[in-house]
Amino acid sequence: MTKPVLEIVGVSKRFGTNLANDGISLSLAKGEIVALLGENGAGKTTLMSILFGHYVPDSGKVLINGTALPPGKPRAAIRAGIGMVHQHFSLAPNLTALENVTTGTESLWSLCSRRAEARAKLLDIAQRFGLSVDPDARLGDLSVGEQQRVEILKALYNDARILVLDEPTAVLTQAEAETLFATLKVMARQGLSLIFISHKLDEVMATADRIIVLRGGRHVADRKASETTKAELAELMVGRSVSRPVRVAATPGETVLEAAAVSVRHQGVDTLKAVDFRLRAGEVLGIIGVSGNGQGVLAQLLSGTISRTSGDLLLFGKPVDHLSVADVVAAGIGRIPEDRNKEGAIGEMAIWENAILERLPNYAKYGLVDRAGGMRFASDIIAQFDVRGGTPATRTRLLSGGNMQKLILGRNLINRPRILLAAQPARGLDEGAVAAVHERILEARKAGTAVLLISEDLDEVMALADRIQAIVGGRLSPPIRNEDADRQRLGLMMAGEWHTEHTEVTHAV
Amino acid sequence: MRFERREHRPLALVIATPILAIVVALAISGVLIAIAGAPVLEAYWRILKGAFGSRLSVTETLTRATPLMLTGLAAAVAFRARLWNIGAEGQLYLGAIVVAATSSHLLGGLPPIVQIPALLVLGAIAGMVLLLVPLWLRLRFSVDEVVTTLLLNFVAVLFVSMLIDTVLKDPAAFGWPQSQSVADGAMLPKLLSRSRLHLGLAIAVVLAFLLHFVQSRTVFGLKSRAAGLNPQAAVFAGVPLGRTLVGVACISGGLAGLAGAVEVMGVKGYVTTDLSPGYGYSGIVVAMLANLHPLGVVLAALFTATMFVGADGMSRSMGIPSYIADLTVALSLLTMLVALFFTQYRIRR
Repeated sequence: MTKPVLEIVGVSKRFGTNLANDGISLSLAKGEIVALLGENGAGKTTLMSILFGHYVPDSGKVLINGTALPPGKPRAAIRAGIGMVHQHFSLAPNLTALENVTTGTESLWSLCSRRAEARAKLLDIAQRFGLSVDPDARLGDLSVGEQQRVEILKALYNDARILVLDEPTAVLTQAEAETLFATLKVMARQGLSLIFISHKLDEVMATADRIIVLRGGRHVADRKASETTKAELAELMVGRSVSRPVRVAATPGETVLEAAAVSVRHQGVDTLKAVDFRLRAGEVLGIIGVSGNGQGVLAQLLSGTISRTSGDLLLFGKPVDHLSVADVVAAGIGRIPEDRNKEGAIGEMAIWENAILERLPNYAKYGLVDRAGGMRFASDIIAQFDVRGGTPATRTRLLSGGNMQKLILGRNLINRPRILLAAQPARGLDEGAVAAVHERILEARKAGTAVLLISEDLDEVMALADRIQAIVGGRLSPPIRNEDADRQRLGLMMAGEWHTEHTEVTHAV
Repeated sequence: MRFERREHRPLALVIATPILAIVVALAISGVLIAIAGAPVLEAYWRILKGAFGSRLSVTETLTRATPLMLTGLAAAVAFRARLWNIGAEGQLYLGAIVVAATSSHLLGGLPPIVQIPALLVLGAIAGMVLLLVPLWLRLRFSVDEVVTTLLLNFVAVLFVSMLIDTVLKDPAAFGWPQSQSVADGAMLPKLLSRSRLHLGLAIAVVLAFLLHFVQSRTVFGLKSRAAGLNPQAAVFAGVPLGRTLVGVACISGGLAGLAGAVEVMGVKGYVTTDLSPGYGYSGIVVAMLANLHPLGVVLAALFTATMFVGADGMSRSMGIPSYIADLTVALSLLTMLVALFFTQYRIRR
């Protein structure tokens, strides 16, 4: 192997009592793609922030082409050819793509901006790496995938030779992710070195040359992609063997929720078009689809935060009018929102407050909050759902994503709801937490809860759902049975190809 | 040097923050006093004496603190719910003018025990209405309430100015623009004889405790906090955002309107356009100094009133302009904002 372009030697970093990085070393060769794999909190992002000069390490150093980088100086890191693509883009939505790329590259004191030159350089880079983007488009008008391209272009425009991507696929659709990885391979072939952070095994195996596994702030393994397996990586990442729970066949009960030609029109756009589905007790109905196809609206509708424009909704066999959140909660419908930070919990409030907020009528007397009752409820959830990292009085923001999701699951499942609405329940969680969430969902199903699982993860839907419907452009396909589903067929359904075959499944109930 | 978010905010730090902020603000104004050519420590001693040196000055400080407490509470309760009510000044004037308009003509004959509460409620309602209008605009058309409440201040003050120069003008005021006086039975009882200190202080302090209880113990308090911290999650949890904000606006506008009513019924007895030396705006500073805590508002209002009353005395005896009080109060807002930042973040090198 050639001389490494980047070496990280014995880097340690402590935050309070938490040792985020413990003597981590790694190296990166020219033209190589290295994946940094680890669970949330394993120290991946901290390590990359040290590399980029955002944090100063307590000990250890970073060498670029054999020269030590001064610590804590992002500008020096950029000059040394390191480019960072953040998970949350550092771009200005009101500027054009070109303006975003050139921001910070010109001296504040220069009188005129060299736009023509900049444009030529940008277009040249874009063409060379196949990163097509309209330089004059306002960033806010671009799709997330295109915004990411601008972020990558910005790094390349600064002559980056080493590109670091922090969970680049977290915000992308499947198709966008595949395009991105094709681009990364092109960049590597042209001599760039890449590090990307991920906790998704599939993409790591498919894209990286070498995989470095971090766990609990330590470097635990360094494997060539060709010499390892997903199972081995999963075990290395979690530190023990994790297996996702397995669904066992069961006979569903009566229909608890039925939608007939339900439509939602929002601000003049039909976001849900005459959808039909039937949800039965003791089964999981999976709604699969690429995000942005109306599943968010469906979840909101059933959560009680928006109302339908037309169509009929039957809850436990009775037609219902407009559903408010209070109605939904009172009817025994548990809800797991798509975005736990934005909708599921209020970070600045205590765990107990978040536990009871949606069921305040049960924890109020004469307009006063039953604090003791709320605390008890929260302790029960913490104990039964293995929420780690806090007591009922802890601020919720301090919980990790997985534990916050367990709290949300717990407050919904602890009272055995008749229906559970789970929107992207495992999104952004690490392997161990995903297994725990899935296990809880299957447990609820076994106990007779009807689960509506909305997901964009094929594996998740195939593992959990008894029947599967695809959502495309606000329309819902007819259901197919899990036994009849395979990736290819689901892929076609997600692309809207279901009219050729009519396999409405209605087993004898 | 970097900032990291603190995981826990120790109680000692929360208490020490405003004190430290005030000390730093005093130190900076000390430099300015020194530049103005006066001995700094003596100047501060005079301020303290001016505010607390005699029975008269103590009662004067407390009298001055009363409207500040009410407008401070108005700002604190609104800001907690992320309702940016900058309009306490206008709400105060509207509350005041409603009291002046209704007292003598409509309610003047009633006994004080009926008349006083009725007027206080009317004043509060006037403040509420003036805040509900911008809130409605925000909920219906997403109009930024910072702009509307701020601009309504000028509208309200000019409206009052028109009234006291026309229909409500006191014919006995030698042409001076001044409203008719409220009925004698409408004046708040004095807390101490031979002083200006009136029942309003007790009302303000009781309301601070009441508000603290509402915010920390009631369902409404929890909902309004949720609505302020994360509206989207609050809606998901079934908190009616609009209704909660309307409740908050009623409390906030009501308190500001009440400040105006109390000022008229406790001190002046009539309305002029200099009824309030910016109590509505100072209330925002008071609320920030208190970190939006209702009980903190009482202390912050006392500090602010101390500076204003004390600086008057100091400037008479030492020849330093009394604007130093405005400066110190303004500086303490800035230092408080910096200090608040450090209660949430820590420095790491």
